[in-house]
Amino acid sequence: MSTTIAPPADTGALPSPGLVGERLSVDPAEAVARARPRTSLRETATQTLALAWRALLKMRRNPEQFFDVVFQPIIFTVMFAYVFGGAIAGDVKSYLPLMVPGILAQTVLTTCMAAGVQLREDMEKGVFDRFRSLPIARIAPLAGPMVADLVRFATAATLTLAMGMLIGYRPDGGAFGVLGALLLAIVTGWSLAWVFTWIGTVARSAQAVQGMSMMILFPLTFLSNAFVPTETLPDGLRTFVDLNPVSHLVSATRDLANNGAITADVGWTLLASAVVVAIFAPLAVRSYSKRV
Amino acid sequence: MSTTLHTTPAVQAEGLVKTFGDLRAVDGIDLTVRQGEIFGVLGPNGAGKTTMLQMLATLLPVDGGRAEVFGVDVAREPHRIRQLVGVTGQYASVDENLTATENLRLFGRLLGLSRGGARSTAAELLAAFGLQEAADKPISAFSGGMRRRLDLAASLIARPPLIFLDEPTTGLDPRTRGQMWDTIRALVAGGSTVLLTTQYLDEADQLADRIAVIDRGRKVAQGTPDELKTSVGASTLQLTLAPDSDAALAAQVVRRELGEEPVRTPESVRLNMPLPDADRAADVLIALRQAGVAIDAVSVAKPTLDEVFLALTGHPTDDATGPSADERDGAMTA
Repeated sequence: MSTTIAPPADTGALPSPGLVGERLSVDPAEAVARARPRTSLRETATQTLALAWRALLKMRRNPEQFFDVVFQPIIFTVMFAYVFGGAIAGDVKSYLPLMVPGILAQTVLTTCMAAGVQLREDMEKGVFDRFRSLPIARIAPLAGPMVADLVRFATAATLTLAMGMLIGYRPDGGAFGVLGALLLAIVTGWSLAWVFTWIGTVARSAQAVQGMSMMILFPLTFLSNAFVPTETLPDGLRTFVDLNPVSHLVSATRDLANNGAITADVGWTLLASAVVVAIFAPLAVRSYSKRV
Repeated sequence: MSTTLHTTPAVQAEGLVKTFGDLRAVDGIDLTVRQGEIFGVLGPNGAGKTTMLQMLATLLPVDGGRAEVFGVDVAREPHRIRQLVGVTGQYASVDENLTATENLRLFGRLLGLSRGGARSTAAELLAAFGLQEAADKPISAFSGGMRRRLDLAASLIARPPLIFLDEPTTGLDPRTRGQMWDTIRALVAGGSTVLLTTQYLDEADQLADRIAVIDRGRKVAQGTPDELKTSVGASTLQLTLAPDSDAALAAQVVRRELGEEPVRTPESVRLNMPLPDADRAADVLIALRQAGVAIDAVSVAKPTLDEVFLALTGHPTDDATGPSADERDGAMTA
């Protein structure tokens, strides 16, 4: 590959104009005839995958993006187990079957938040102007990073479970139960992430996204059955906790991981997830398209 | 179809309006860009040039008036417009996290090329733009000129017949600027139409077939570069008289020679006069010598954007940091 006369990195040597001209000869009439009014589903899928590829490359180059999904599961699992275990369940080991699915839900929810924050940061960049100027489906720049985020969700969920097992959690639901619990957590987290993607498209700054997301996430995770049995709660609060979709997710993953049972909670969780996507994906696309 | 298309303007805008709150950033602009020409939109910062381009590129909704690109309505068929227009912005819009190759491959895939097609197009464009050495380097290591070239290359992947260049050379050094000009000319030679904005009269002069001058959201003039320059005089002759010279006599000589009254500075030691062309400076100087008027200094300056503006709008460009300093070309000083 070593030639004798190698030009320096940037000679500034431009394009022999002929080369550019030849490569780029255009026929306006033909271009107008070829221009189609909208993207097909297939094109939308290709574009989404191309942008998922971009997001994955970005993750690989900025590994610090994985800090939350790597360290949070480890730290929170251990912390919650040893702080609350004795008080709530008598000892750590008997608390784990209650807590690990709870932490699992909390982890995927927190992972959601990053989707909004990162989209907001990304949208500030020049490359998003180009995405907007390209003839691509308006949903692709939002859905691409979401597809790539599946990696983050899978990492976070798997690590939480692994950490739980390391400190003594023994799920009785078997491999299918555990796998089912993981999948359900990932799907739910991914669906809820559309809420935060939407927030990312409407908020003015990444900090604002962070702030708003925390306000949504904290009540949602703590006013649920994730960490405590609901029997001790006052009536009004208990009603909210029972209605909270996070509670359904936690119950569903508990039943799956601990008993290998597919309960009605699985259905409720999936239904809630579908409703969230159906509402917030179009909202996000609309506010993204309108954004200046 | 293709015969009618050939006569269809690349851009046809009527009464374009964009408001931001109380500000009418674009205030009723008509614009016709013919196929195959380089059309320059000249104006200071904040004149509405970029806003106008963004409306034409479907990046901003049109608040009033209408616009067509090759006969396709901008407001009604935005997706088709995006297939006809390549946009290169004021700031390079490529992905900082990706290498040059990855950027071009990404845009190729987004534009519907196959994996292999995207790869080979990326390689071709990098070679055409002299970037193959830097193909796998992160963009953060790129110079301003390299970024701008990559950005332009990215806009050309789909071979759009119309290319918008928003201040393509702002911030580039003179050599890189010249290269960018060559590239733009090459694009037009390939059949593309180019609509560019610039703050530099010089750039519009060098590149554009026709120019529209925009000020405060309105079009204040349009014509070929020559027509515009003639409206303010091609250049200005500035004379500094020797202390003992007769200023009134000098003014009289100039009037006889150029048929126009020179502008005298209050202390009368300097005379400024528009020249139809720079050659006439010699005639004036010879006439002054014959009349026995002694001169301390002479300079010929091209009209600056400020002067064009002053002549066209009656007010100076609002932008104090404008390019006037770069543009003043002291051609000769005696």
